[in-house]
Amino acid sequence: MTQPFLEIDGLAKRFPGSKGEQLTVFENVNFDIQKGEFVCIIGHSGCGKSTIMNVLAGLDEPTEGVVTMDGKEVSGPSLDRGVVFQNYSLLPWLTALKNVMFGVKARFPTWSKEKVEEHSYAYLRMVGLTNGAEHRKPSQLSGGMRQRVSIARAFATQPKLLLLDEPFGALDALTRGTIQDELLKIWQDSGQTVFMITHDVDEAILLADRILLMSNGPFAEVAESVVIDIPRPRKRAEMIHHPAYYKIRNHLVDFLSRRSGEIAASPREQSGGRRQPLTVRPGADDEKPTPDAERVRPHLVSLAG
Amino acid sequence: MTRSYDFRALALTIVILVVALGAWELSTNTQILPGAGEMTEYERLMGGGSQNAGVPAPSAVMQKAWEELSDPFHNTGANDKGIGIQIAYSLMRVLSGYALAALIALPVGFLIGMSPLMFRALDPFIQVLRPISPLAWMPLALFIIQDSEASSIFVIFICSIWPMLLNTAFGVASVRKDWVNVARTHELGPVKTAFQVILPAAAPTIVTGMRISIGIAWLVIVAAEMLVGGTGIGYYVWNEWNNLDLTSVIFSILMIGVVGMALDAAFGRLQRAVTYTE
Repeated sequence: MTQPFLEIDGLAKRFPGSKGEQLTVFENVNFDIQKGEFVCIIGHSGCGKSTIMNVLAGLDEPTEGVVTMDGKEVSGPSLDRGVVFQNYSLLPWLTALKNVMFGVKARFPTWSKEKVEEHSYAYLRMVGLTNGAEHRKPSQLSGGMRQRVSIARAFATQPKLLLLDEPFGALDALTRGTIQDELLKIWQDSGQTVFMITHDVDEAILLADRILLMSNGPFAEVAESVVIDIPRPRKRAEMIHHPAYYKIRNHLVDFLSRRSGEIAASPREQSGGRRQPLTVRPGADDEKPTPDAERVRPHLVSLAG
Repeated sequence: MTRSYDFRALALTIVILVVALGAWELSTNTQILPGAGEMTEYERLMGGGSQNAGVPAPSAVMQKAWEELSDPFHNTGANDKGIGIQIAYSLMRVLSGYALAALIALPVGFLIGMSPLMFRALDPFIQVLRPISPLAWMPLALFIIQDSEASSIFVIFICSIWPMLLNTAFGVASVRKDWVNVARTHELGPVKTAFQVILPAAAPTIVTGMRISIGIAWLVIVAAEMLVGGTGIGYYVWNEWNNLDLTSVIFSILMIGVVGMALDAAFGRLQRAVTYTE
């Protein structure tokens, strides 16, 4: 097997507690992402999703573990990894266009001003921000439009990996749906590798190839990797009639409401080595777990022991 | 709606002005002068008035203003320079002292804002030096610099440095982490981060500090020039007081106010230009 595009190996984050002890947010986090894959991660607040995202972005350092992208170890932020934050992170003194140009200029410093502007316009058009809206400052744009600018900036810099930290968390349901569709379309056209945090189960099923499920913190882990066996292109309205949809959805909701807590409460094993999360395909026709999953089933082992 | 509101405010301003000026005019006119024939020798010597010299009426001040402003740059000797020349001297001192202060306060403020260590290290010095009245530096400045002109510029420098320094440090220190992260994820170097992200983000706070500083500098220059003498609007006020020309004193007080307002308005405009809404 060839080396995966992105490899997360034995990641852990610990903070010194008030009494000198170590507080572990998460540990033993291992997973891979293939090139062009859209992977979502879901978990309750406090499980360290955002910390994992910040480690991938190079904005935060893990206590243990290594992230390897394209065969190189990730250290520090890089334009190879574009980030869209939940709070948009647009520079408020620049117009929408200038915000995108800011990213493009940083990415392609040798380009002429015309080329930078043309390239930025193209990506703003892609998210439907034209007709004068591109000359407005973020404060004069709605939340949805701001997030569109943010997405345009991230795609315009053409990173190898796109990191989305709950990008639609602050949007109303209607706007959220529209932008999800746009994101899906842009992703299909660009073949971008995407790693995204979300709280929204339906959003994850619509967008992702694979959903990583995290158990509750402290001592959170990536417990399962759920493959979404729903063919693309996916349409929100048609997707809910697909036989796999509710199987997957029920599996996810069951994990979040019940099993994420149970796993956190179960005794932890102190085994070394790289444990991949259990791969499950709740939407597949035969309900048997894949051979890959049979090989490593850490939580069944830990419950038995 | 807003237009009629503006109009009402303006109308009210004019009414208050007219009433105030009218009251002032009336209160100065109540002093009825006795006929020249009834005056004693002493009274004639004293200009025919009572022993308590009256405050000049607004009409007299306006007449004086007209006289002075119709020829603001006349120069007929050390004690008779036009108001324009005096103000120009003061402005020149204020602006050179202020520019020197900005030259030091802005970079040092940036440094302090970026580095909590430097902030802790320099804080005691700032806290001790800041509350010192700028005029208290005057004797030391005169002794060391041995030049009254440079000393008054130094006094302006020392009084306008603190608000700029502290506001720059505060503005830089409180730039939102998200924006710094945007710079980091775009691989911006320290210089580009400083100029493209931190400076525009902190600009409203920095300009607020600069606006406070120019206001203080203009307050202090009047006092400094009264002390140092020679030229300038502060010297002019004191000189006219020595001449017992209260009309000129009131006129120059008003001019100090007008120039101060203009300086503040200029920085207000700059402030609006750099302000952004999140």
